[in-house]
Amino acid sequence: MASFAFPSPPLSPESEAFRAEIRAFLRKELADRAPIERAQSWNGVDAAFSRKLGERGWLGLTWPRRYGGHERSALERYVLLEELLAAGAPVGAHWIAERQSGPSLIRYGSEAQKLAILPRIAAGECFFCIGMSEADTGSDLASVRTRAVRTGEGWRVNGAKLWTTNAQHCQYMILLCRTGPIDPERRHAGLSQFLVDLSLPGIAIRPIANLAGERHFNEVAFVDALLPPDALLGGEGDGWAQVTGELAYERSGPERFLSSFTLLVELIRVLSPAPDERAQIAVGRLGAELITLRRMSRSVAGMLQAGADPALEAAMVKDLGALVEQAIPEVARDLIADGPPTQASRDFAAVLAYTSLHAPSFSLRGGTREILRGIIARGLGLR
Amino acid sequence: MTELSPDASGDMLRQTTARALRDLLTDAARAEIAGGAMPKALWSALEEFGLPYALLPEEAGGFGAPLAEALSLLSVAGERALPLPLADTMLARFLLAKAGVAAPPGMLTLAPGGEVVLDGRGRASGWAWSVPWGRHAAAVVIVSETVGGPVIFAAPQFALKVEPGVDIAGDPSDTIRFEAVATAPASFTALEARAAGAATRALMIAGALRAITAMTTQYAEERKQFGRAIGKFQAVQQNLAALAGQSASAAAAADLAAEAVAAWGAGLIPAVAAAKVRCGEAAGVGAAIAHQTHGAIGFTREHRLHHYTLRLSAWRDSYGREAEWARYLGAHLFAAGPEGLWPALTAL
Repeated sequence: MASFAFPSPPLSPESEAFRAEIRAFLRKELADRAPIERAQSWNGVDAAFSRKLGERGWLGLTWPRRYGGHERSALERYVLLEELLAAGAPVGAHWIAERQSGPSLIRYGSEAQKLAILPRIAAGECFFCIGMSEADTGSDLASVRTRAVRTGEGWRVNGAKLWTTNAQHCQYMILLCRTGPIDPERRHAGLSQFLVDLSLPGIAIRPIANLAGERHFNEVAFVDALLPPDALLGGEGDGWAQVTGELAYERSGPERFLSSFTLLVELIRVLSPAPDERAQIAVGRLGAELITLRRMSRSVAGMLQAGADPALEAAMVKDLGALVEQAIPEVARDLIADGPPTQASRDFAAVLAYTSLHAPSFSLRGGTREILRGIIARGLGLR
Repeated sequence: MTELSPDASGDMLRQTTARALRDLLTDAARAEIAGGAMPKALWSALEEFGLPYALLPEEAGGFGAPLAEALSLLSVAGERALPLPLADTMLARFLLAKAGVAAPPGMLTLAPGGEVVLDGRGRASGWAWSVPWGRHAAAVVIVSETVGGPVIFAAPQFALKVEPGVDIAGDPSDTIRFEAVATAPASFTALEARAAGAATRALMIAGALRAITAMTTQYAEERKQFGRAIGKFQAVQQNLAALAGQSASAAAAADLAAEAVAAWGAGLIPAVAAAKVRCGEAAGVGAAIAHQTHGAIGFTREHRLHHYTLRLSAWRDSYGREAEWARYLGAHLFAAGPEGLWPALTAL
């Protein structure tokens, strides 16, 4: 049975100095942003803001310098991410590229791919989306049907990706698709990843309205799209291993418990300066959850920094984090009674509506609750 | 007094303690305690091992481990559902030492709450309640706020009038009355002392949850229904994953509390508050899943799960329930205000 150890987060004095610098920058930069904009958290897309972070050297913080990175520690990056999210900074444009696509390129990309793409991500000029899910492929990622066939000139891709967040704002996708035959005995074989330039002919992006009425996710259709030979990312047939390798990075970060944080800030604002005992207890309970999750998430960052593989712990952080993110709107709506509108109450109502309508996605995106608990059960030795 | 080297690492200390508790806490010892007797031999063995002195500096009988590591021994005690006031004795000795007051020998306990008035000579009279093992302790240590500031004192057993009571686990939880006991000024508040008590409960809860996670997982692998181990059913797997999550989260919160007690700074109250809330909630959810998985056999006193359910319930209640500490933490976060919320969270 796995022990699910969460060692004490490492102390990092340089990160705390960095924290002060980040807070000063955000205070100035986000001064005019309304609560409802902050509430968008890592859904908020603002390419100009992403470029500003790039100019400051705050994207690709841990990457090698030769690829435009800054060779700082994973702990400093953790501090940067949590400060950006807690402040409600619009980080959505670059989020996937910086969190996931860049690190995948560093691990699996060719030198030419790295030199061509990574400095542009670090500059905040190049954004990525994740080409994994399809209409019949959600949790069961190995069932993807989009297929790339090798031709004389490269690869011809046919199929469609679905629920692709921010595809309409991105220059690139990392595409998971089938390059080999379906083998029922070895379901994870025959998959490969590609670095796809979304401006190529044969690729059509269609936005899809979500529950909240926003158009964040998309269908990305490939009709005889021709990718150059060097679009293959990593090894042919290695797609499954490469995809699962990303998950510890994807699942343990502060975005997995801070999605509703702006709502908690606004709740405290409307209930101040005289919260009753019921409000104090309710906010105290949420605070206890957030304090604990932050410690667990920082612990995972420390394990990643130390070169460990905390995939199980990451799944646990995401599972518990989604519960808190979903509890915050439930608690918040219960503490505020209907009354004559004020500016503060209107702001609060807008943030509450936004967060409530996004809450169902918190236990779906990045691995559903059931999948995560299945991973944890495997760690317990039950599967 | 101990077989441990002075520089013993936390891991080694925990392993040695786990072995000692496993060997000492026999079924016969448990039965003796459940019968209401003072388990003299068992307590002497713990004294011999040095556990009641674990939070003291090495020259005063401690293990020489960092304070947070020494506190983590309480999660080892929790793993054995230890039905003795080890945490209380450890903490009573720690607080007396912190205040520079000499400690009496033997089993001590700490009063989680009480009412005290001082006479003109600074002597304390009053009463205290929910005192673990009050009837058997050599002395009850009390920290109380007074007009002149916080005081600490150890009321010896001969000076006590004890009204026996029990907690939900059936362990001694007594009301005591005392008169004209000499006091000393304390360099810490009664609330801080109560927080330290709450931290010990959080640590023991974390240990007990670790134990029931392992026990329940093992049971799910062994128990067969419909021709296969119940752990093969997804519904059961999902529950056990949730139990493991509660256990890990409680452990993280308890570690935070231990570090806050060791640091004894501005973060003590909010950090312990967070930990007691989280561990208390985890105790409830975790015990429920353990019972759901064990079925009828787990609902008997024949099965050892009951030792854990009883102590999880008692420790959850002891030194403040979730709502009490949630209110402290909530008030702290409201005082920080909307712009100060995040800095208040990151300060811990």
